[in-house]
Amino acid sequence: MNNEPIIRTKNLSKHFGDFTAVDAISFDVKKGEIFGFLGANGAGKTTAMRMLCGLSIPSSGEATVAGYDVYKQTEKIKKNIGYMSQKFSLYEDLTIKENIRFYAGIYGKTDAFIKEKTSRLLKELKLENEATKLVGSLPLGWKQKLAFSVAIFHEPQIVFLDEPTGGVDPVIRREFWNMIYEAAVTGLTVFVTTHYMDEAEYCHRVSIMVDGKIEALDSPKELKNTYGASSMDEVFLKLARKATRIEL
Amino acid sequence: MPAVAVHNLLKKYKNGKDTIDAVRGVSFEVEARTIFGIIGPDGAGKTSLFRMLTTLLLPDGGNATVDGSDIVKDYKAIRKKVGYMPGKFSLYQDLTVEENLNFFATIFNTTVEENYNLIRDIYVQIEPFKTRKAGKLSGGMKQKLALCCALIHKPIVLFLDEPTTGVDAVSRKEFWDMLQNLKRQGITILVSTPYMDEASQCTQVALMQNGKIMTTGTPKEITQNFKQVILAVKSQNMYQLLQDLSAWNEVQDVYSYGEYHHAIMKENYNKESLLHYLESKGNNKIDTHLVSPSIEDCFMQLMQNKHE
Repeated sequence: MNNEPIIRTKNLSKHFGDFTAVDAISFDVKKGEIFGFLGANGAGKTTAMRMLCGLSIPSSGEATVAGYDVYKQTEKIKKNIGYMSQKFSLYEDLTIKENIRFYAGIYGKTDAFIKEKTSRLLKELKLENEATKLVGSLPLGWKQKLAFSVAIFHEPQIVFLDEPTGGVDPVIRREFWNMIYEAAVTGLTVFVTTHYMDEAEYCHRVSIMVDGKIEALDSPKELKNTYGASSMDEVFLKLARKATRIEL
Repeated sequence: MPAVAVHNLLKKYKNGKDTIDAVRGVSFEVEARTIFGIIGPDGAGKTSLFRMLTTLLLPDGGNATVDGSDIVKDYKAIRKKVGYMPGKFSLYQDLTVEENLNFFATIFNTTVEENYNLIRDIYVQIEPFKTRKAGKLSGGMKQKLALCCALIHKPIVLFLDEPTTGVDAVSRKEFWDMLQNLKRQGITILVSTPYMDEASQCTQVALMQNGKIMTTGTPKEITQNFKQVILAVKSQNMYQLLQDLSAWNEVQDVYSYGEYHHAIMKENYNKESLLHYLESKGNNKIDTHLVSPSIEDCFMQLMQNKHE
């Protein structure tokens, strides 16, 4: 990890009518960092993430992602990031190979690149014998691990993971995080949301959003010190309980 | 009489030539006026089990009773006695909050007023939005409305299928407070969840994986059955530490666990030589202490026993 920021936001805001979903957030994410983006339901996480992914134009403020502007260069941003969530990952009625080919094709990768990397990836995931099976027939844990690999197949600079481990068993959940670590070591930046507070401990730094604002941002260790808490769960509860905004 | 008694219940699904064994011989009993938690990941068989017990799905083998009524023969009686909140939001999106609640009260031949006591604490939180269509509510509000609708006929047994999935830590705590309140009012609750830390809220739990119940008991009984020593270890480079620990022959298993790694130690391990080894591998600021097993530790150990 070096100190060069790959995501940079300054007073980034989003209004819907007179409702301020994201209220002047400012933060940097460093290259190679695993950045945990936490907040209660309705705190504004999804809206903020959509702006950083180039899917929603901010109302005011500034932000760059991988050096590209979130107002003017949204297509460039989309090319340079990967995205995966629990809800949207792979096509169940395509095979493993077809899913990889489809996603890589969308990102404009060459046939040679796709072919070479697909065989390497299937070997790593020990899925060589399953390559022509429908994704729908795979156990959930495998799907999630595969979805992560597919999300970073086109070698993006940043990957956004939106609750990637919801509902998966505790062993797979940890294997998933090992994959995140391995990817981060190669310089990939990981921007992740989760409702599992033990996973917040695995992040280099964590931000906690309350009522549209970033209420705290630091390493898990420093956050626990600052809030006199023994776990991230406690830190989260202390901060999130301050919310006054009713989730509408 | 137990509120729910399940004996060797089976459910299979056919998918072309393949057969999927969703529930593979499950047995347990739930005492009245307790909270029974079924804890397991997606695909464990929790929803199939709940759908059989609420008479929405016929079993392929075994039998079960709910409040003394058989789930196959007495399905009509059971439908009057149970409340069911499915994992997927299933109220009428184009009816208002008020209309949904009245609708469910009416089909159970009762009125909202008659059992208002039971839902008051929950309903007051959504009452300001009673003229809003259910489809326009936020996730948390939908969940509260669904719970009210499942309770409005004063069920004897309440089935909640993953009510806290995708819900943030604060709202989860609030939801469990509501369930504790309902338990005090005499309702028996069966609840499924993928969150292992929610076990402590239950009177008894069943840990479920791949269609089977691996163990049942009070949370305390389950953790007491974990006989091995767990050493919590941290250092400055957690990823390196994980690999070093897993290579040490006195470590049976190791995995990350929040701020620390949990190393399951073999009998008669030597802590001094472990520390010496970790330092020789370049780990700095090593911190270790013994920890008591959590339900999640137990779950992972039971999963591994099954593979052996």
